[in-house]
Amino acid sequence: MTDLAATDPLPKPKRDLAPILLPLALALLMIPLIGSTSSWLTLTVASLAMGMMIFIMASGLTLVFGLMDVLNFGHGAFIAVGAYVATLVLAPFAASIQADSLWMNLAVLGPAALLSMAVSGALGLVVERVLILPVYGQHLKQILMTTGGLIVAEQTLYALWGPQIIPMPLPASLRGSFIIGDVAIAKYRVLAMLIGLSVFIAIQLVLNRTKLGLLIRAGVENREMVEALGYRIRRLFLGVFMTGSALAGLGGVMWALYREQVHASMSDDLTVLIFIVVIIGGLGSIGGCFIGAILVAMVANYGGFLVPKLALVSNILLMVAILMWRPRGLYAVTSR
Amino acid sequence: MMILSGDPPRSRVLTLVLVVIILALAATPFLFPGAKALNVAAKICIFAALVASYDLLLGYTGSVSFAHTMFYGIGSYAIAIALYGMGPNWAAVATGIVAGLPLAALLALAIGLFSLRVAAIFFAMITLAVASAFQVLASQLSWLTGGEDGRSFQLPELLRPGTVLISKNLFGFEINGRILTFYLVFAISALMILALLRVVNSPFGRVLQAIRENRFRAEALGFRTVFHLTYANCLAALVAASAGILNALWLRYAGPDTSLSFSIMLDILLMVVIGGMGTIYGAIIGATIFILAQNYLQSLMGVASKAADEAGLPLLPGLLHPDRWLLWLGLLFIASVYFFPTGVVGRLRHGGGKKTAGPGH
Repeated sequence: MTDLAATDPLPKPKRDLAPILLPLALALLMIPLIGSTSSWLTLTVASLAMGMMIFIMASGLTLVFGLMDVLNFGHGAFIAVGAYVATLVLAPFAASIQADSLWMNLAVLGPAALLSMAVSGALGLVVERVLILPVYGQHLKQILMTTGGLIVAEQTLYALWGPQIIPMPLPASLRGSFIIGDVAIAKYRVLAMLIGLSVFIAIQLVLNRTKLGLLIRAGVENREMVEALGYRIRRLFLGVFMTGSALAGLGGVMWALYREQVHASMSDDLTVLIFIVVIIGGLGSIGGCFIGAILVAMVANYGGFLVPKLALVSNILLMVAILMWRPRGLYAVTSR
Repeated sequence: MMILSGDPPRSRVLTLVLVVIILALAATPFLFPGAKALNVAAKICIFAALVASYDLLLGYTGSVSFAHTMFYGIGSYAIAIALYGMGPNWAAVATGIVAGLPLAALLALAIGLFSLRVAAIFFAMITLAVASAFQVLASQLSWLTGGEDGRSFQLPELLRPGTVLISKNLFGFEINGRILTFYLVFAISALMILALLRVVNSPFGRVLQAIRENRFRAEALGFRTVFHLTYANCLAALVAASAGILNALWLRYAGPDTSLSFSIMLDILLMVVIGGMGTIYGAIIGATIFILAQNYLQSLMGVASKAADEAGLPLLPGLLHPDRWLLWLGLLFIASVYFFPTGVVGRLRHGGGKKTAGPGH
């Protein structure tokens, strides 16, 4: 051990840069493969936007697992609930959605998204109390319980809204693209990127700059120790679970607008994507989740452009490759 | 008791229920006339075997796999593609079996070996991802699988409904190819369930249970847990693929909805939990309850929904609509994990009230 003088700064933890460089390297590698710079830029923006949306949905899941070892297979339900709740606001105000004014559009979209987050967050509270509290520490039962919850949620949505696909048109001012030179960048993707980035920054700030975040990070690393120090980690966990559910609801609204439709089974495909992202990133790691989401989106977009046939299994291949390299995901933050 | 591998139902009521179910299934062609009853009975047989093989994983090793329908689908598609491509003869049936079973076992081995590389907790997620990729693949490779339409095919002469083996005798029953197929399904399913019972009561099965209770300790005792888990995975995959073969033979069709969809996976999960995890007998009970409900409860719900609609009640017609029956099953599922985690079989074995340590961890 080396001696440290009192005035020396504390030794900084080593920064692990390799995972961060991975999406950058992938993007750069694709330039010559795709050939045209303009389609490369369009694809890259598309993957970033898609990645941010997936990140918003997946962030809650990874923290919930990291903090309490809870595997929530029903996470996708919050996504669908969020999207359906948004239609409640968007349908009556269809006129102001179609008006070609950004502010008028946002004045409807904003409250719709907030309501979705509130409802899915509240649902998170119920789910945590009813389904997850009784089976803490039992993975098998957690999976069974939350899968049951997913079935019930999906079927309730069908019962309330009917089995048809509900269209969810983009607001007028968010349609179309910015044209810069010969590069077309869809306006909505820019918005999605901005929201995703701000959610990421907000989560990082809370986790790294506040006492609450300190407790959450400590809980992810060693739950018993935090409990032994007298903090009620269950209450902390409830907060994280509700936030994660609310974020999944927000992600659901954004995804529905992106696809311009809402369907109760929309969560099925997304659940698989989110799981892959969470596994790739390393359970419990927000940074890993962010990079994982962008990687998954990049592979989907580039892969879909270059080898459409491969797009079907590209996510699995990506997961296999990453896990071969790092068996516990990009960043292994939990001790489990 | 030899045939049950020394693991009898251990409850008088349970024995009675099982005997009634099995006798009813065996006598379906004569007791309940009509195509629907026979279809339901065949489906119960196939699913009892499929669910029992899933129980080997869920109940005895405690690992949650979402890829079980994939193996089921591999069996179904293998036989369907072989019979579709080679025409209705026995060589095609043999080809389907020879191609399908090893493929399922190999894939199970690959998944098993790959998930060794990662934390055990990832297993459920990885199987889910692989299964969904397989499902997309099967619907996209339409030159091989027929895409969303699936593949319909003809059975060999002997198994066709038109083939009359014994014409109406003095009892008034006709034995035709359809009934022969039913008994084929019944016999093979029964054999597979008995074989699984043998597996879980062998020393190998005991090691699986030890791994379920405490993997670390089992490893410390010197068992190669990796080998045991992978082996159990492959066995379960083989039985699932065989059940898939029976399913395709019975339906004369294999398609994404009947053999691959995620909802079948959920059905299997429900059947195991309702019947009772880690019992094998639970598979028979769970499959019977679930499939009877699926086929007959729905019409009952339709009546109730109409009545509620006519009475002008809000919301209730929607909730009682026959298509929403999964909602109620989902609630039943949660309730059963809550209140009787050992399922019907556990309940019957240990009586009411008394809590037993189920496979929980």
